Amino acid sequence: MDTETAPGRFGRYGGRYVPETLVPAHLELEQAYAEARKDPAFDEQVSQVLREYVGRETPLTPARRLTELWGGAEVWLKREDLAHTGAHKINNTIGQVLLARRMGKKRIIAETGAGQHGVATATACALFGMPCEVFMGAVDVERQSLNVFRMKALGAKVTPVESGSRTLKDAMNEAMRTWVAQVEDTYYVIGSAAGPHPYPTIVRDFQSVIGREVRTQSLVAFGKLPDAIIACIGGGSNAIGILHPFIHDKDVRLVGVEAGGHGLSSGQHGASLTLGTEGVLHGSRSLVLQDENGQIIEAHSISAGLDYPGVGPELAHLAKTGRLEVRTATDDEALAAFYRVSRTEGILPALESSHAFARAEDLARELGKGKHLVINCSGRGDKDVATIAARGIPAAIGQEGA
Amino acid sequence: MSGEIAEAFARAKARGEGALVAYAMAGDPDLARSVDVFAACVEGGADILEIGVAFSDPIADGPVIQAASERALKAGATLRRVLDEVVPAVRERCPQTPLVVMTYVNVVMALGEERYAKLARERGVAGTILPDLPPEESASIRAAFDKEGLALIPLCAPTTSPARAETIAKDARGFVYCVSVAGVTGMRSELPANLSERLELVRRFSPVPVVAGFGISTAEQAGVVGAHADGVVVGSAIVRAAQADGPAAARQVCAELKRGLKR
Ligand SMILES: Cc1ncc(COP(=O)(O)O)c(C=O)c1O
Repeated sequence: MDTETAPGRFGRYGGRYVPETLVPAHLELEQAYAEARKDPAFDEQVSQVLREYVGRETPLTPARRLTELWGGAEVWLKREDLAHTGAHKINNTIGQVLLARRMGKKRIIAETGAGQHGVATATACALFGMPCEVFMGAVDVERQSLNVFRMKALGAKVTPVESGSRTLKDAMNEAMRTWVAQVEDTYYVIGSAAGPHPYPTIVRDFQSVIGREVRTQSLVAFGKLPDAIIACIGGGSNAIGILHPFIHDKDVRLVGVEAGGHGLSSGQHGASLTLGTEGVLHGSRSLVLQDENGQIIEAHSISAGLDYPGVGPELAHLAKTGRLEVRTATDDEALAAFYRVSRTEGILPALESSHAFARAEDLARELGKGKHLVINCSGRGDKDVATIAARGIPAAIGQEGA
Repeated sequence: MSGEIAEAFARAKARGEGALVAYAMAGDPDLARSVDVFAACVEGGADILEIGVAFSDPIADGPVIQAASERALKAGATLRRVLDEVVPAVRERCPQTPLVVMTYVNVVMALGEERYAKLARERGVAGTILPDLPPEESASIRAAFDKEGLALIPLCAPTTSPARAETIAKDARGFVYCVSVAGVTGMRSELPANLSERLELVRRFSPVPVVAGFGISTAEQAGVVGAHADGVVVGSAIVRAAQADGPAAARQVCAELKRGLKR
């Protein structure tokens, strides 16, 4: 199944809904990217940096104690938490910053929610000596202070955004507004597989390194492709990155987990695939959380990286056509999964990834023994420890995991 | 009908003036008082009114209009209520002035493009500007608008290539909105030097009037730009004046701009 029906279209979704001022920049980017993709030297340059600097390939780790605990499918973890800067985000920023350099751009801007994409962009900019400004919702600046420090230490300027819900969606608005004013020499690094064409394609391609590695690694590790792969979904970059190389493998179940927040009926969640309706946000047509008047509803999640009212258009298409199974995990379920994984495997997963782990438990049982399940551990939880510690360590989990 | 729009430009021209397209936000500070602001703009000399309908995520707007959107949303200014309450009220107070709605594509999609086109025409709207709808994405909305005789007013930017500007201008309905600066809406002390050439280029190809907007706030700027265009659009300066000092201040800003537009 080919998802791209026309350039930048994934079924009904995708497209490029941007101010006219930005259209030429998108056309330029589309062309530059098409040329870069045809150039084996560019591909080799990206691969080399990923190898020598990011630490790829990341391992596919057997989770023996989780397998035993859950009593179902054999569980394997794709360890994006071991990539430099601690999450999958770096795969994309290395690629895009190299593309920006190739295009002769002079400065980089980005938006960030959890701060992971901001850190990854700041890192790539430091590595290649480019000035970098990161827009971040004021609320996120507060709850992700560690990542704010990291970005500043890396030499990036962090600009807090005070408009709207003061979270990721507003940071993205502000980055677009800034880009409109500085489009000649500035490159905008979008952090997820969302936004106007060609971003969803570019981000998906750079992140697909995750899934390509899983293909070869699973053949070596257990002699076949996985029976199911599960990943969390914010904008969807880690999900499309691990899932895309398997779209044509009908026997591989593809599962995405959205932020259930306080529960789907509470109205406070980030479940745009599950409860969103068709709309246009941040330059692309997809499924978005909106009211009946077309105003975007603020998303909620305990994890800043899933706190986004939209989702990448390709995932919307895969979900609508049934290729992607979509589930949700609440804040509490993600927290419980965080402790469970920490204590059974010695891995502190990011709160985003903890959502995938929360539903992976059910999925492992559903699949049953003899099957193989791969979980995308999209990032490490160090950035989240202040948020998690503020809630107090639940005594019950302290007993069980021991 | 875009005939209405053409007539308004013709009337201004006959008086030896550039047209003033005055933008304000429907529902700022509330629905009723925003009607007073629109009426005051016409008293001040505005030839066409641009009625802003708030969107929660206005990527083409600067801080002044963005803040106005937030106030309008708090006041309950949905597209439906603007069409039902604000547009008819403004129509009644200013029967001669063509009304143009400016909002974002998601707001129109949520109501349904055909339903919007029909309702808008019934209430007396002549055209609509959707700043996040480039020509490549506009086919179906444009067809829906054409069917009802509602003008889809296109934008042209400083970054738009001459070839692209030609295509945009040739297909235009109502008028062409030339964005004067590469940036969001807002007041600016300086306008780009090559703006006049760009305006002349677009005018060469456009079957409809061409206006310049974004960044214009003074009579002097309106005069300079107005010499190369059929009119100017002014938003942030009006929105800011109305917010600070009410409708009378908006009237004064418009009157001042109109002075600048005398030829
Ligand atoms: C570790 C981690 N996982 C997942 C996400 C969610 O983003 P996406 O859905 O684009 O992978 C984020 C976003 O910040 C993140 O930091």
